[in-house]
Formats: sequence, structure tokens, C-alpha cells
Amino acid sequence: MQRIGVFVCWCGSNIAGTVDVQKVSEALAKEPGVVHSVNYQYMCSQAGQEMIKNAIKEHKLTGIVVCSCSPRMHEATFRKTAQAAGINPYMVEIANIREQCSWIHKDMAEGTEKAIVLGRTAIAKVQLNAPLKPGESPVTKRALVIGGGIAGIQTALDIADAGFEVDIVETKPTIGGKMAQLDKTFPTLDCAACILTPKMVDVAQHEKIKIYSYSEVESVKGFVGNFEVTIKKKARFVKEDVCTGCGLCTEKCPQKKVPNEFNLGMDNRRAIYIPFAQAVPKVATIDANYCTMLKTGKCGVCSKVCTAKAIDYTQKDEFITEKYGAIVAATGFNPISMDKFDEFAYSQSKDVITSLEFERLMNAAGPTAGKLVRPSDGVHPHKIVFVQCVGSRCSSCAEKGKEYCSKICCMYTAKHAMLTRDKYPDTDVTVFYIDVRTPGKQFDEFYRRAVEDYGVHYIKGMVGKVSPEGNKLIVQGSDLIANKQLKIEADLVVLAAAIEPDKSARPLATMLTASMDTNDFFTEAHPKLRPVESPTAGIFLSGACQGPKDIPETVSQAGAAAAKVIGLLAKDKLVGNPCVAHSDEMMCNGCSSCEKVCPYGAITYENKEFRGPNRTTLIRRVAQVNEAVCQGCGCCTVACPSGAMDLKGFASKQIMAEVDAICK
Amino acid sequence: MQVKEYKPKIVAFCCNWCSYAGADLAGSNRLSYPAEVKVIRVPCSCRVNPMFILRAFQRGADGVILCGCHPGDCHYTSGNYYTRRRMALLFSMLDYLGIEKERTRVEWVSAAEGAKFAATMNDFVATVTALGENKRLEDLRCKK
Repeated sequence: MQRIGVFVCWCGSNIAGTVDVQKVSEALAKEPGVVHSVNYQYMCSQAGQEMIKNAIKEHKLTGIVVCSCSPRMHEATFRKTAQAAGINPYMVEIANIREQCSWIHKDMAEGTEKAIVLGRTAIAKVQLNAPLKPGESPVTKRALVIGGGIAGIQTALDIADAGFEVDIVETKPTIGGKMAQLDKTFPTLDCAACILTPKMVDVAQHEKIKIYSYSEVESVKGFVGNFEVTIKKKARFVKEDVCTGCGLCTEKCPQKKVPNEFNLGMDNRRAIYIPFAQAVPKVATIDANYCTMLKTGKCGVCSKVCTAKAIDYTQKDEFITEKYGAIVAATGFNPISMDKFDEFAYSQSKDVITSLEFERLMNAAGPTAGKLVRPSDGVHPHKIVFVQCVGSRCSSCAEKGKEYCSKICCMYTAKHAMLTRDKYPDTDVTVFYIDVRTPGKQFDEFYRRAVEDYGVHYIKGMVGKVSPEGNKLIVQGSDLIANKQLKIEADLVVLAAAIEPDKSARPLATMLTASMDTNDFFTEAHPKLRPVESPTAGIFLSGACQGPKDIPETVSQAGAAAAKVIGLLAKDKLVGNPCVAHSDEMMCNGCSSCEKVCPYGAITYENKEFRGPNRTTLIRRVAQVNEAVCQGCGCCTVACPSGAMDLKGFASKQIMAEVDAICK
Repeated sequence: MQVKEYKPKIVAFCCNWCSYAGADLAGSNRLSYPAEVKVIRVPCSCRVNPMFILRAFQRGADGVILCGCHPGDCHYTSGNYYTRRRMALLFSMLDYLGIEKERTRVEWVSAAEGAKFAATMNDFVATVTALGENKRLEDLRCKK
């Protein structure tokens, strides 16, 4: 039998206003096992806590019930108090008589009665409490960042600057991500490459950062502090440590007709290539799908011209297994496919392009060396129509678009319009929009400049159809303010395609057991208070993989994620949650029901020896819970058909005792 | 003679991450609901064994409600999906036994839905009150 002390808090008048605390402490004093029952004005105060500590010593209490506010508020406080007085912190139970009693009931008699029942319930539970000790696990002081865009770069730099090792895994041959493809950035019109490439160089030169480019995460095992990740380093057929990045091979390669993905297929590259001049690592990569040597065995030009002897046609995919303490997902975004948007004639006309393609057209390193021309005939366009929200905010077209706002399109369209008018004042620019959303520092001012200083025509309304006619595009749309239908003849149409999480995010989330929302964005642990952590411990989120974001937001989130990672890696040991599942080996029959429902893979099976009848030894398969991995949801306890699995701190017997106390 | 007003006994299982926080929020916002509702905190709705619900009815509860995070929002990723399926089975069995369907309920209440928690509890208590006492499943031997 426990020796239980009951402490009823008044919380000033918050509880005492509708609950007769004196009556509650008197009634609870009569409950079995209760040896001490008092009430006090503020239990959480220094004096209140001293009162509990003294009572523990004086009455040799083994269990504590505090009738006060929600356990979400002060459970930790009172556990610490109990611990300070020498009893196990998990011998404390809270009866929530404020949020779930005094604050919702007006009637004193009713409130008092309910408070007594809640107190009785907590007493019934604490009777069955057992001391719990949280497990400890070591922390591998190295972080993995998945994705080498601006989000991943910033996170990696911040973690590395704090002195921890960081590995970056990037699927492309170079880091840089989407930002490397951009021309200018809003609202300052900085050149994207000028601010990104120094960071890329910093990453390359940082002694704590290792880049796995042209690589993918193959599998993830383990748990917070102790992840084991297998990275697949795809064969690039070039020795990374030997290649000097001189680029001679990329000039001599006879296979010239490979669509250049960096320029979104608007020009061609060779089969051996370096994506762009400032690529990091600056190493050539052979595209096995197009290389004549790899396909037919007859060519070898690149190998002949390479003075460094870096070409290796026999290279194979390499698998590397590394240990990490924390993992950051920074997988970023992509514009959605325009294939389903037939009404905008994207697949019919080369002169209907997406905003990212427009970005490449305007970029000095792009396919046209920064000259704005029509992709179809190379003629300078005199009339450009921008269409906003293509696939964004589209609840009625969910099968091809997205319900959410892509957030960045209003601003980059204003930027495109402004840059066009700045460079080519003879070009007329019209923007069709639903709303112009400019929440951000200097954002609205930027948009107003586009309208007022640069004379961009903004029309509130949607475009219904774009049809090619001769070498023109006929844009049919509505002007909601003038309340009329418009038909505009344009030379170039630019679609602000919605953005969606990268396709690699979904399989990655499964590997990480990180949760996702219906749009495949990673879910954060708390939308307001823990925005850069995944609910899965040890997994952090950086950049647009968590939701649409512009560059400043991405960089701040990347820094925040890094701070959280540093906080984790700075610890030598992790203290776990002691309320974890536990299997009774004598009852377990090794049926695997628990393993199947465990979302964390915390349950494994072991063949154990048991003493059988007549001095025989039986070997039985029994469940083992990895306490460091178990998060304590208790799903396995219900799945277990033999009743072997139970949850510490929320044991079946405890919950049933609570049920009984309520129904008494 | 004064007839005592009938007050049902209601057990509400709430998951720690969403619904219990939702119940707290209802309290913070002073949204009232009947005192007959008594909450038991569980880490996840999937911790609730159908046995607990049967136990509650056996001990004389008139209604049992189970609240968890919205599907897809489970703190433990998939717990509430198991809850949904397990309870569908349990409730259909109770229905087969002749227990009114309205005595049991699963509701998804997020940590931000204090108002929904209060509204749900008001509605549930009214429904159970209209049904009256649970006589069919109550085990009178438990009442000494």
C-alpha cells in the first residue's frame, strides 16, 4: 500500500472560486492509502512546494496527488519537487481540477463533487504507480542534411560553425538547388548567384562539412541520437578526387543532344557535363542514359582528352553507411507539372513558359545569355502576359492543382514584370491575378513600384484560355473590376505554376517515420511553438519541404533548424521518456502483432531460453522493446492478444482503476 | 417527494497531444460543459483498449467517448487510424448486443479546438441523458 499525500491547490480564486477546496481535501483524506491531505493557496509557489517536500519527509509519503491545474502546466514542476524530496518523480499524479473543473463549472456543489471524483481517480492511479527511470542513450555528434539547396546549405553551415560534423546528401551533381537557377531575388533585386555561390564555396571549404553529391538516402535505421543511414553514391563515372573541373571533356563530348535540366530543357548539354560554372563540387558527371561509350562501348573521347585521367567507365554505385545524431530534411520544392493545364496551351506552344523557365531566359548564364526572346523563333516579345495562381488556391481543381497558396508567386511575378520593363521598356507587360499577396518586409512597396513606377498592367481576374494563332498567343480572360471579358494578343505567356514538395519527400518521410500533411509537406511538431522539428524526435525540417517559403524565410528556418540540431548534438546523453512499452516475457508468445502496429520499429524479437517442465529448456520467441526508440503511444498494448504488452505510467491496470474510480 | 434529477456518468478518454489539450483550452476559454464528463488522459487514443470501454459500462458508466487527434495528425503518426478501426469493430459489437449506438462515440478534437470539445461534450451528455441509464451492460455485482 502506498502512503499517499494529497495537495489541493486553490490557485487563488481560480479553483477555490467554484470548488470548496476544504471539502475536497477532507473528502480525499478518507480515501484508501491517503495519510496526509491539505489545501493551500498556491501549490506551485515556493512555499507550496516546500510544503510538499516537508510532508514527504514528515509522513514518509510514497505517492503524491496534486489537485491543481492541468498536468500540461505543472506536472514537471511537481515531479521535480518530489524528486528533490527523495521520491521518484513518476510517483506524482495530477488531478486537473482547474481547466477541466473549476473553470468550466459555475455551481460550487457541482464543481466540488467533480473535483472529489477527479482527486479520487488520481489517487486510484497513483496507488498503482511504480518508480520509473528514464533510459539514457549516447548521441552521435554528427548531423545529416538531406538536400543541398539554400535551406540545406544554410543549415549545414550553421551546424558546422558550431563545431559539429555535417554531411550533405544531394541528388544532383551539384549543390545549390533552385536558388542557383534564379536570376534576381525579390524584393532587393540581388543577383541570386552572387549571394548563393559564396555560401556554396563556404560549404565546399568547410572542414566539418562533407558533401555527398549525386547521392541519395537509401535507408534510415535507428532513433534520435543514433541514426544509421545508408547513402547511395550514384556512379558518375568520373573520379571525384581526381577531376579538376577544367571542363575540357564537356566541350569535346560528341553527344551534344542532351536536354539541359539546369535550363529546364531549353537548351542542350553534352553527355558529360558540369551543371553550371560555379557548381560545387566542380566535377564532371557522365549521364549514363546518353553516353555513347557506356551504351555501345565505342567512343571514349572524354577519357582521351582528360589530362587528369579522371574518367572511369567502370565505376559502380557505392553504398556508404554512416551514423548520425540528427537528420535535417531540406528536400525543397518543384513547380507542378503543367501537363494537365491544357487550357494554357503549355504543351502546344513553346512560347507558353513557366516562371522558372522565364527565370532562366532572363539569366545571363541561361540558354539565351540573358536575352529575353521567344523560345519558338528567337524574336524579342513585345507583349507578355503573366498568369498568376496556375494550380495554386485551386480547391475546385484539386485533381490537377493545389488547394494552398504557393506564397512566392505574387512576388516573383512582380519581379519578372519589373525586370522586363526595366530591361525592355518597349515591352508591354500584363499580369492576371486573383489577389496580390505581399506580406513581408518591403514586399508591398516592391509590388507598388511595379505598378506605379514601371507601368505594369495588373488585371484582377483569371485567364480562361490561351490559344496559339499564327505566331501570336490569344489570351482570353476576365477583368473582374471592369466586369468584362478580355482578349489579348500576346507574344509570350508566363505561367506562375504552383509549387509542390519534391517527389523524394514522400519516400524519405516513410524512411524517417516523419509525418506529412495531405499535400506531402512535412508536418512540424507544433505549428507555432515547434515549427522546425518533426514530431519524430531527432528529425528537423528546413525550407520549403515544410511549406511554401521564400528565400529569407527559408534561411531563417534553416538557421532555426540548425540551432535545434546543435542543441541536440551538444548533449552527451539523451534522457528518454520512461513511459514506454514493456513486454512481459512470460506471457508473450512472439506473435508479432505488436511489431506490426509499432510506428517506430521499436519492437524486435529475440529467442530466449526459459525453464520448461522437468528441467528442460524451452526456447521461445519473445518481444523486446527498445526503450530508446519507443515513444510510448501504447498502440502495441491493445494489439497484444495475450496481454503481455503494457505501457509504463499508463498501465492497463492504472487506466482501469481510473475508470472504476470515475464510475464509483 | 422530490425526484432526483438524472445525471449520467460519462467517461471521456482523451489523447495527451490533441484532445486533452483541447479540453484544457475549453477550460481556459471558460466554455462550459456538464460536470458529468470526467476525462482520463492517455498518451494516444490508440492506447484505449476496447476492454476499458467495456469496463466502464460494466462499472455503470452511461456513455463513453473517445477523443483523439484528427486523422493524419496523430502525434504517433498512425495511432488514431488503429483507434478508428478498433472502435468501429467494438461499436458494431455493442450494437449487436443491443447497446444504443449513441452511448459510444469517437471524436477528433485538435489542441486548437476547445470550442469543439465543449460542443461535443454538451451534445454527447444531452444524447446520453435522453437515453437514460445504462442497464444492459452494467454489472450489479460491481455495486456493493
